[in-house]
Amino acid sequence: MGLDFYLQQLIFGATLGCLYGLVAIGYTMVYGVLRLINFAHGDLLMVAGYIAFYGIIMFQLPWPVSFAIATALTGCLGILIDRGAYKPLRNSPRISALITAIGVSFLLENLGLVIIGGRPKSFPKPELFDGSLMMGDLVIPNLSLWILGITAVLLLLVMLVVHRTKVGMAMRALSRDFETVRLMGIDADRVISFTFMLGSILAAAGGIMWCMRYPALEPFMGVIPGLKAFVAAVLGGIGNVAGAALGGFLLGFAEVIIVAVKPEWSGYRDAIAFAVLILVLLTRPKGIMGEDLPD
Amino acid sequence: MAGRLFGALAAFLIMNAPAYAAEPVVIGAYLPMTGGVAAYGQMGWSGIQVAKRVEPEVLGRPVDLRLVDTKSDKVDAANAVFRLIDKEKAVAIIGEMISGNTIAGSDHAERMEIPMVSPTATNPIVTQNKKYIFRVCFTDPEQGQVAAKLAREQLKAGTAALIYDISQDYCVALAKFFREEFTKAGGRIVAEAKFKSGDRDFTPQLSSIKSAKPDIIYAPIYYTECALIAKQALEMGLRAPILTGDGAHAPELLQLGGKAVEGVYFTGHFHKEMISTDRGKKFMELYEKETGKQLDAFSAMGADAYFILLDAIKRAGSAQSKKIREALASTKDFEGVTGKISLKPDGNAIKPMVINKVKDGKFVYVTTINP
Repeated sequence: MGLDFYLQQLIFGATLGCLYGLVAIGYTMVYGVLRLINFAHGDLLMVAGYIAFYGIIMFQLPWPVSFAIATALTGCLGILIDRGAYKPLRNSPRISALITAIGVSFLLENLGLVIIGGRPKSFPKPELFDGSLMMGDLVIPNLSLWILGITAVLLLLVMLVVHRTKVGMAMRALSRDFETVRLMGIDADRVISFTFMLGSILAAAGGIMWCMRYPALEPFMGVIPGLKAFVAAVLGGIGNVAGAALGGFLLGFAEVIIVAVKPEWSGYRDAIAFAVLILVLLTRPKGIMGEDLPD
Repeated sequence: MAGRLFGALAAFLIMNAPAYAAEPVVIGAYLPMTGGVAAYGQMGWSGIQVAKRVEPEVLGRPVDLRLVDTKSDKVDAANAVFRLIDKEKAVAIIGEMISGNTIAGSDHAERMEIPMVSPTATNPIVTQNKKYIFRVCFTDPEQGQVAAKLAREQLKAGTAALIYDISQDYCVALAKFFREEFTKAGGRIVAEAKFKSGDRDFTPQLSSIKSAKPDIIYAPIYYTECALIAKQALEMGLRAPILTGDGAHAPELLQLGGKAVEGVYFTGHFHKEMISTDRGKKFMELYEKETGKQLDAFSAMGADAYFILLDAIKRAGSAQSKKIREALASTKDFEGVTGKISLKPDGNAIKPMVINKVKDGKFVYVTTINP
């Protein structure tokens, strides 16, 4: 196994890591603002995938339009979930909201099952993303480059929003002290809606790219990436946007490298990912880039 | 409370039922209608339903089919059997489509002495040490042997790589049988990669296979994973032909795999071009008329499970579970949809196997291998 082999794993690991990272950012932002693990977040991948799929297949839309609509609708769904499921519970114990999140997740999955059915569908990959670069033994799928590029741009945009805009400032303030922010005359509900929308848009982007990379659409497709992204968010330090992206990257790398180098361990892929999480949390309970958030 | 209410309601309904209506024979079915292998459950169920159209009655009593979804999950499969036996009072059960779930479900049926016929669970453990569990398909040792022979003789492979799902009994066992047979025939396994149901990224496993440079890849796995593996292999420039088992035989393989699955060989239960029995011809005609779809392997196998069960009830002359079991165990040269089937007292079937291939986006029949 030469350098090529490891470079190859680096590319595949980065691709997977980007997808985890994009989803993880949504988890982390919502947690930062509301202290809520939004378990329905992973299922937004599935929703975005299906909307994009039906846009192309049923309504014959060109793919950029279909992808844009899917992203926008998923963003709206994020707001809707917050307004419908979490807002009424804003002043209830945190555990109620958590259970509701699991409920929403089941609702989305089973709605998918009832409306669309359980058999997997093939996601149409636009030609632009097809093909791959060959460099000797090294294969770089064009889609991997796109995923890396799009993730970088989106991450930059999110960082700009969080650190350079008014609403971003409000989000950060909310994560420090919810009550005081309200007293300052900031409409907390609007800021929360915005957070959900932003997170959901990222999940949609991640979902569509996930579908292109692993083109088997089914109602439960969001569960595993959602779980992994949650791990990534905790790994990077929940509440921290850059940490979530970093956590996603690390998790993607770890999964790919371990399986490639030790194929006989490949059955323990998830176990290893979670062992890494436990180790990091034992040494750094707040995650890699986590900071103290007031409870 | 709900149970008591249900009981009272049932008693009320029975008391008020018209005296002349014959009591139906309740046959349970537990199938993966949703989840990872939903395609099998849905195909199997459509086959069973059309089969019921053909023979809606047995012993002059109507057949009452009760379906429970197993969500492709072992725990749900076991629960489904509890429900079919304890609540629905089924006298016999059809299911499951895949081995792991059938093994999970068969325990309770064996304990309660309710005969069960699986259309397509091929793992040897399914019927092992079980008196009441039957299947109408071949088993994995036979399938592994045929696949190894195909790999050595037809595909001229000297080396092979294995990739399989370690959370499925079917995949693990079939990989093992292939490994044994292939090595015995002079071949060499140069790489072995594993994954778990639900995994979607196989690039690291395929990288390690690629660096071992095998002549063929044996992938005894289910259709979704098989299609994705073929796709990712093609993308990585891994061009060794893929050989797989009956678990890949679903239209989803073609839809998800596209041109990546061209040239995939597999051992399977059935191809409509091999139909030889009268029952098969009639059934195919009706099936295509009723559903508007072409008859596939899993629908045909589901239908055979139903027909064989009804045949056993007829020969037993009673819908009593123990008698059905005895009749099932003595099934001899039954003319099913998929060919002549005999059941052995150990629960296994003596049945032909077919080899299929993917060509031009279709499943193409290659040959039949008789037992």
